[in-house]
Amino acid sequence: MAALSSAVSPEVRDSSRVKHAPPTVHRLDEHTVEIVSDSGEGAQKCGQIFGTVSAKMGNGVWTVEIIPAEIEPPARSVAGTSGIRIRIGSGPITNWGDETKLAVAFNEQSLLSRHRIGALADDATILVENRWATHDDEAIRDQWASAMEELSERNYTIIEVPMEEECLTVVENPRLGKNMFVLGLLAFVYDRDLDRIREQIAFAFLNKPKKIYERNVALLELGHGWASENLDFQYHIPSIETDQEMVVMNGNQAFAMGAIASGMELAAMYPITPATSVSHYLCDVFERFGGIVHQAEDEIAAIGVAIGASYSGKVAFTITSGPGMALKTEFLGMAVMTEIPLVLLNVQRGGPSTGLPTKVEQSDLLASIFGQPGDAPHVVMAPATIEECFHAPITARRIAETFRTVVMILSDANLATGVQPFPKPDPQVSWQAPMPDQAPVPEGARPYDWDPETGLSRRFIPGQPGGMHTVTSLAHDEDSHVAYDAEINQRSSRMRSRKLAALQHTMSPPPIYGEESGDLLIVGWGSTKGAIQEALDRVRAEGLSVSSTHLSFLSPLEPGLGEIFSRFRKVMTVEINYSDEPDDPYITEENRRRGQLAWLLRATTLVDVDCWTRVLGEPLRPGAIVEAIHTHMPTKKRGKRT
Amino acid sequence: MSTCSLLALAQSEDRDYERADYEGVEVRWCPGCGDYSVLTATQRLLAEEGLKPEETVVVSGIGCSSRFPHYMNTYGFHGIHGRALTLATGVKLNRPELSVFVVMGDGDCCSIGAGHWLHATRYNIDMVVLLLDNEIYGLTKKQTSPTTPQGYKSNTQPRGSFLPALNPLEATLGITNASFVAQTAEWVPAHLYATLQAAYRHKGFAFVRILQRCPHFTPDIMNELVTDRDQVQLLMHDDGINAPGLDKVFENRRVHDPSNLDAARRLASDSQQTRLGLFFRDESLPRYDDLRRTTRLTAEERIELLNEELALYAV
Repeated sequence: MAALSSAVSPEVRDSSRVKHAPPTVHRLDEHTVEIVSDSGEGAQKCGQIFGTVSAKMGNGVWTVEIIPAEIEPPARSVAGTSGIRIRIGSGPITNWGDETKLAVAFNEQSLLSRHRIGALADDATILVENRWATHDDEAIRDQWASAMEELSERNYTIIEVPMEEECLTVVENPRLGKNMFVLGLLAFVYDRDLDRIREQIAFAFLNKPKKIYERNVALLELGHGWASENLDFQYHIPSIETDQEMVVMNGNQAFAMGAIASGMELAAMYPITPATSVSHYLCDVFERFGGIVHQAEDEIAAIGVAIGASYSGKVAFTITSGPGMALKTEFLGMAVMTEIPLVLLNVQRGGPSTGLPTKVEQSDLLASIFGQPGDAPHVVMAPATIEECFHAPITARRIAETFRTVVMILSDANLATGVQPFPKPDPQVSWQAPMPDQAPVPEGARPYDWDPETGLSRRFIPGQPGGMHTVTSLAHDEDSHVAYDAEINQRSSRMRSRKLAALQHTMSPPPIYGEESGDLLIVGWGSTKGAIQEALDRVRAEGLSVSSTHLSFLSPLEPGLGEIFSRFRKVMTVEINYSDEPDDPYITEENRRRGQLAWLLRATTLVDVDCWTRVLGEPLRPGAIVEAIHTHMPTKKRGKRT
Repeated sequence: MSTCSLLALAQSEDRDYERADYEGVEVRWCPGCGDYSVLTATQRLLAEEGLKPEETVVVSGIGCSSRFPHYMNTYGFHGIHGRALTLATGVKLNRPELSVFVVMGDGDCCSIGAGHWLHATRYNIDMVVLLLDNEIYGLTKKQTSPTTPQGYKSNTQPRGSFLPALNPLEATLGITNASFVAQTAEWVPAHLYATLQAAYRHKGFAFVRILQRCPHFTPDIMNELVTDRDQVQLLMHDDGINAPGLDKVFENRRVHDPSNLDAARRLASDSQQTRLGLFFRDESLPRYDDLRRTTRLTAEERIELLNEELALYAV
């Protein structure tokens, strides 16, 4: 064990911290910690294990990964910061919260990047690797010094940690192990169960040689030991007692498991961030479930293969993000035209174009609904939590099959990498696609025998005797014969559209969070639910009359929105996409480009829906939503919507 | 498989099929179009091979020839331009037991869908792939295609096609894992039929380029080949494509061993001589559909396994 002196930098170290004194234990309801490093130093692995163990110990957890777009950007660069942020609490945690209270940094530059974007609380505690302070390279020493000066603008408590020096006592290459040392630090600070951590390390390195496990555990214990000798504080966050069986995973993994639970058997994809990790997981396990992940030659081929598979049996799915969805557009229109069921997962990222590949955004909403040339009605839904990511493909598969339609699921980078515990699903036979019908088709049955009321028809699958027909992307009649007749095109368009109305007819109005009526109604969709509801709890505690509703379906929209909106003096969406500010130059009521959900709701309800949106490349913070609510509260004029 | 369908299978097992059993809706190609003879040969092949219409899927893209599935009484998929091979890949990965035929034009296969052509060749999935090559865009009214001969005038290159025509045989034979490459012509029905038969019987991705006349837009483009048999060389081999009597019709013949890839590539890239026959065949190459076969689970089995998997993530 290294001597204490190397750990303490007198100028930043509070002199009241005394070696071996029992640590001061701070009891807290919740806390946010982040670990930042250069890419490839394992900060995310460390944070994932910490988050999972915290969940296993009964805490509410929400993790968010901080991922640069490059694999190995230049070391010690502000732009290349990689990391993870974990918010843990006594009760359920539904979002990433506001500012970080404890930061662990592998170098001062990654710390600076978080400081500069205001990620750290003013009173944050910071544990930072101090080898850079005395580095052989003068330039690095200078960078350290100027970083420390910049950081001193705030009231952070900075504690230097000799990470590398310590790790070198166990490993030759500290780059491969600093993260486990840090895990040990956090295990001490948050009083985590070391046995559970060892178990989780074993799981994380399941397919690696035993000596890797042993090395990681040695580093964990080293970090824990160092912290217990050198840190004089601990955080105690009581856990929730629950009898319910829980599981913990990220949204992409939850989606993959849900897809398995739905009985779907073919996923076709092309690599694209931040969607790809769904297929990484599936590639590991899907074959055991009788499934295939086909990595196609491009995005178009991926959806083509999925449609070909769906056409010939069980519904298949494709996984993509915005740029990939753009490439799939023509095929999406064809699936709608031919009424071949399909599930598409779009894990949204920042756009337009290549945009912010690793960052969250909700900018694909309108493109998802309206992006296909020609009238192509289909279903668009959006899970709001990790648990909903699990259930989304099950619901989507069933709707796709029943309504012979495309179902798009809009997730995002926040849900994709966010980890949260949720009640263990209890898979049901009824969730699964039945085996494809191979019975002979009754005499006279037609491949598009549209029910005039619902637009629904039953599809025939290759192998069914008597059902031979050619599906076509051209306009067609009930027999799937190419038809240019004006009346047939009007009727088939009506039938395809009617299916959405029929689906909406089976839905209930969305639940209201808070009072059923009031001054302001916030409307959200997708991953922002937790942050919006937490913000609402805060403003309601201040006495403001604000409620929220969160939409699970965007096409068709859930019913009753107009009526719900009429009970509030003002309606406003909160979204992670771009909108003009009303007081920006040249912006008028007429030319203002609003948030995408606001746009949709104004068009469908004729209500003057306002919006507050941000595209900062990060999830919304509840505190920021609170501020937005304050500035958007309707003025007190009785009985009139502002 | 349900009892009902087993019954249907048993009933249809002994059935003899005739060409007429595979006829779909009324054909709407131009009079004299080369597509007709390919359609007839395909229907005849299916009857002779006893393929059940319900277990056969014909997939196409967009273009004149892509109306093909409509004219067949099988399951058909008339998809979008250039993407037929992706749909066919999906069908075969999901339902390996189905017989799949893909029909594409030269625009479909060699232009807008060229990427899929390359990769589908490499996947080597068991299917018959027909390139109906009339060397012009027909349905959109005479635009230059990648296979249009250099100098040939069209509505998009009115002073003649700028570049030498892309050679689909040479291109396919250049792709890693290509397992069957043949060329035939719609005006030589016996050879066309024998080629389709060999392609169908090949276990793997059987690529057949069919030289085909468009009487409307390129009536003259293959005139010499049609009228002067010496302009066409027939590839002969015991392991090749052998139609009865053709050796008497074609005096220009050449022995070519279809297991010889280097020779196949040389012959295919020779722009001076048009050849019909089997350029290359290798049934030992890996097939993606074979490699990706999985054992399907029952709903209960899936639940049991999934619960085990979920337990790994239990809190």
